[in-house]
Amino acid sequence: MKLELRGITKRFGSLVANDRIDLVVEPGEIHALLGENGAGKSTLMNVLYGLYEPDEGEVVLDDVPVRFAGPGDAMAAGIGMVHQHFMLIPVFTVAENVMLGHEETKGGALGWLDRRAARRKVAEVSSRYGLAVPPDALVADLPVGVQQRAEIVKALTRDAKVLVLDEPTAVLTPSEIDDLMKVMRRLRDAGTSIVFISHKLKEVKAIADKVTVIRRGKVVGQPSPTASEEELASLMVGRQVALTLEKAPANPGDVILDVRDLRVVDDAGVVQVDGVSFQVRAGEIYAIAGVQGNGQTELTECLLGVEAASEGSVHIGGRDVSQASVRDRLRLGVGYVPEDRLHDGLVGGFTVAENLILDMYDRTPFAKGVGLDLRAIAGNAAERIDEFDVRTPSGGALASTLSGGNQQKVVLAREMSRPLKLLVVAQPTRGLDVGSMEFVHRRIVAERDNGTAVVVVSTELDEVLGLADRIAVMYRGRIIGELPAGASAQEVGLLMAGSTSQASAAAGARGSGSGDE
Amino acid sequence: MSAVQTEELVEVHEVVDVAASKKARLISGSVLVVVGLLCLLGFGLGSHAGYEARFQLSQPGARIRVPALVLPARITSIVLGVIVVLLGLWRITRGGSRRAMHWVVGASIVAVVVSFLCWSLTGTRGTSLDLLGLLQQTIFLAVPLILGALAGVLCERSGVINVAIEGQMLAGAFAGALIGTVAHNAGAGILAALIAGGLIGALLAVFAIRYLVNQVVLGVVINVLVLGLTGYVYDALMARDQNTYNTPPGLHAISIPGLSDIPILGPLLFQQNAIVYAMYVLIIAIDLALFRSRWGLRTRAVGEHPKAADTVGIKVRRTRFVNVIVGGLVAGLGGASLTIGSALPFGKGMTNGKGFIALAAVIFGRWSPRGAVGAALLFGFADALQNVLSFIGTPVAIPSQFLAMLPYLATILAVAGLVGRVRAPAADGEPYVGR
Repeated sequence: MKLELRGITKRFGSLVANDRIDLVVEPGEIHALLGENGAGKSTLMNVLYGLYEPDEGEVVLDDVPVRFAGPGDAMAAGIGMVHQHFMLIPVFTVAENVMLGHEETKGGALGWLDRRAARRKVAEVSSRYGLAVPPDALVADLPVGVQQRAEIVKALTRDAKVLVLDEPTAVLTPSEIDDLMKVMRRLRDAGTSIVFISHKLKEVKAIADKVTVIRRGKVVGQPSPTASEEELASLMVGRQVALTLEKAPANPGDVILDVRDLRVVDDAGVVQVDGVSFQVRAGEIYAIAGVQGNGQTELTECLLGVEAASEGSVHIGGRDVSQASVRDRLRLGVGYVPEDRLHDGLVGGFTVAENLILDMYDRTPFAKGVGLDLRAIAGNAAERIDEFDVRTPSGGALASTLSGGNQQKVVLAREMSRPLKLLVVAQPTRGLDVGSMEFVHRRIVAERDNGTAVVVVSTELDEVLGLADRIAVMYRGRIIGELPAGASAQEVGLLMAGSTSQASAAAGARGSGSGDE
Repeated sequence: MSAVQTEELVEVHEVVDVAASKKARLISGSVLVVVGLLCLLGFGLGSHAGYEARFQLSQPGARIRVPALVLPARITSIVLGVIVVLLGLWRITRGGSRRAMHWVVGASIVAVVVSFLCWSLTGTRGTSLDLLGLLQQTIFLAVPLILGALAGVLCERSGVINVAIEGQMLAGAFAGALIGTVAHNAGAGILAALIAGGLIGALLAVFAIRYLVNQVVLGVVINVLVLGLTGYVYDALMARDQNTYNTPPGLHAISIPGLSDIPILGPLLFQQNAIVYAMYVLIIAIDLALFRSRWGLRTRAVGEHPKAADTVGIKVRRTRFVNVIVGGLVAGLGGASLTIGSALPFGKGMTNGKGFIALAAVIFGRWSPRGAVGAALLFGFADALQNVLSFIGTPVAIPSQFLAMLPYLATILAVAGLVGRVRAPAADGEPYVGR
């Protein structure tokens, strides 16, 4: 089916999220919609999917203008959408999720569900497109990659002719991404039009037949997918950006962080961190790669002391801090950037200035007796905002009103404004645009060059490869391999999937040893 | 990268029945041991040796008579106490899974209750307990609780917290008594009760779903409103002229031919009035429909993840509206069972916390209709037991105040102690801003 968006404009108050956007997607084409977070990609797709009504413009399907009052209409017209945050009900089975909203029933008006028909439909679609999903498994028990396949099956059982994939690779492992791309090609070859929303240049180049770049709500160009990453990035950001991180070789000093046989068991009795040992020296970046949910979160929380270890020890600067409180560790010079910045890194209802002193409010110069020195706090805010280029109307703006990139800058500014021995950064650039990403990476490297020991935890392979002086891979609570800087994406990717033998084989084929510690 | 085999990633995470931690096992096991010892020493050795505990199992004049169950009181109590102690020891040493623990707790409760009953019958020689009567009363007292709990399940499964069950039942009881009396017609009264409950449900729905008012606060406010309104009309009208306004006609018990002659079950279940039969139908219909019908699937979807439901074209707010109002109708019927169903006049605040016990039954029953019915029966049994015990002369007199606490005590113990970690519908109490 041919999809055309003509002059779509969508305003939220004074903000113009989509400004006269034109887009044509031909049948059997993978059309990448490239743009930074907040550029208006998702708004545009929500207009297409009937979740928003456009202020101007129209949606045209096979040369017929259509109006959607809701997602039901859009689906009936043949538009399917796989949302970035899956729209699956965790406690339902795959088959139940697939049939929801267009259930096949027997027994007439009573509406008894025909589960057998639903299962048959799932099996039929999954075999036709090679989308393996277990129809009777609860969604909550499935890995995200399979959940995503269930989402695609859900759209296809509704006879989607246009499939919108909103940031589909954000939660996947490298091998799952490969699988997804195979599925996308198969769907395209079967005549489905695919709109692929992403801000990841490599993937767009790998899969797209056509590319449309959106910046600040406007279409700014339709470069060829063969254009270089630098070209695509500068079009997306609106200025030249350096994609490869320039950094000098590390100059490691004394051991700052020494973790021995750390074990963390959660409330449900599940071993999240299983005997992890490693050392990080001053002036080096130790990057921990791994698919989300392999114990990285618990490990970083344990380093700060938010989570208690059941066994093992943590030494910082030669001192055993295993029993020390969070505050003691902060005073020792530990900086911590949590993975969920809005939940754990900031108080959304506090101002930027207040957020900048969350860990120093009780010390000079910010404390004045039992009160706060508001002038010192405001002065500090002005300095930090300037230094870290935080885009905010003022230090008095609420943290929750800032964009993701600027929130992250606030967290970094707070943590880096103290003299640090150890900096722990979890998912430093999750959800950030290319411009902010570059900034955050440069600040982390600068901190390393100051002689701070840095632990970076990331699920982004490119980020790990770009930042690390040494790479560790976590899988099911263990560090299953350490690789030197310069390891290939393939080696790290294999370890992330838990395959040690193949990873060492790949390393062997490359002709260099892995894990030279 | 493409060389990676992905089959292993397709595997479904194994759902393991988590074994309890050592500490949890020690605590729960020790509690069982202590309870078992209390049973053994208190009820066993505390009862007169040689007395018998007689439990009557059929009514006088029943077509098929069941002989009374006669147990040696002391020995029975001792044996049951020992069983509970052994279960506790098993728990400490072997542990067992969470599922096994449910059975252990269930068995222990039954053992303790039976040994308590044995003990209570040894006050004077020859006392017998009308067990069938006790169970009949259990059902009688559980009817409003069950209907209230079903109303709660209907609402909360769709994502609206219903603290207003109490108010809906009170409105139903009131309207049933007033209209039933004025119209001299029980059917008209029941209809009025349904409408009254439904209207209160609609009030809840409009403010919770349309105007996004905090649902707990809203529920409490509605309860107070209904209490005030019905109390006012009662004082101004009904109390002054009971004959004209507050003598609701009762319902006849209908014996179902054949079924009502089954020993024990017959008189218990099949010699009831129309409201109780309607309740049976509702229990079965709601339990089946919630898990097997299109309506049920959509209701649960809306209560778990409304946004996901919206994206597949389900009208979230309309679904919730319908459920909350239907819930109100069911709670209204529960109210009618207090006045018309029992042929009793309306009294100020006569629901007396039954709506809240029904809410506890919803939670104890893990938001499933059959679970809620089971919990409501348990609470009904506690209530019936305290009635019966106040007639029997127990070996040691129990102050009536303590007996009156029994149903509420059972509620607290059930919700705080036995339920463990339960999972409410994920979007329960969260308003949905959208269609």
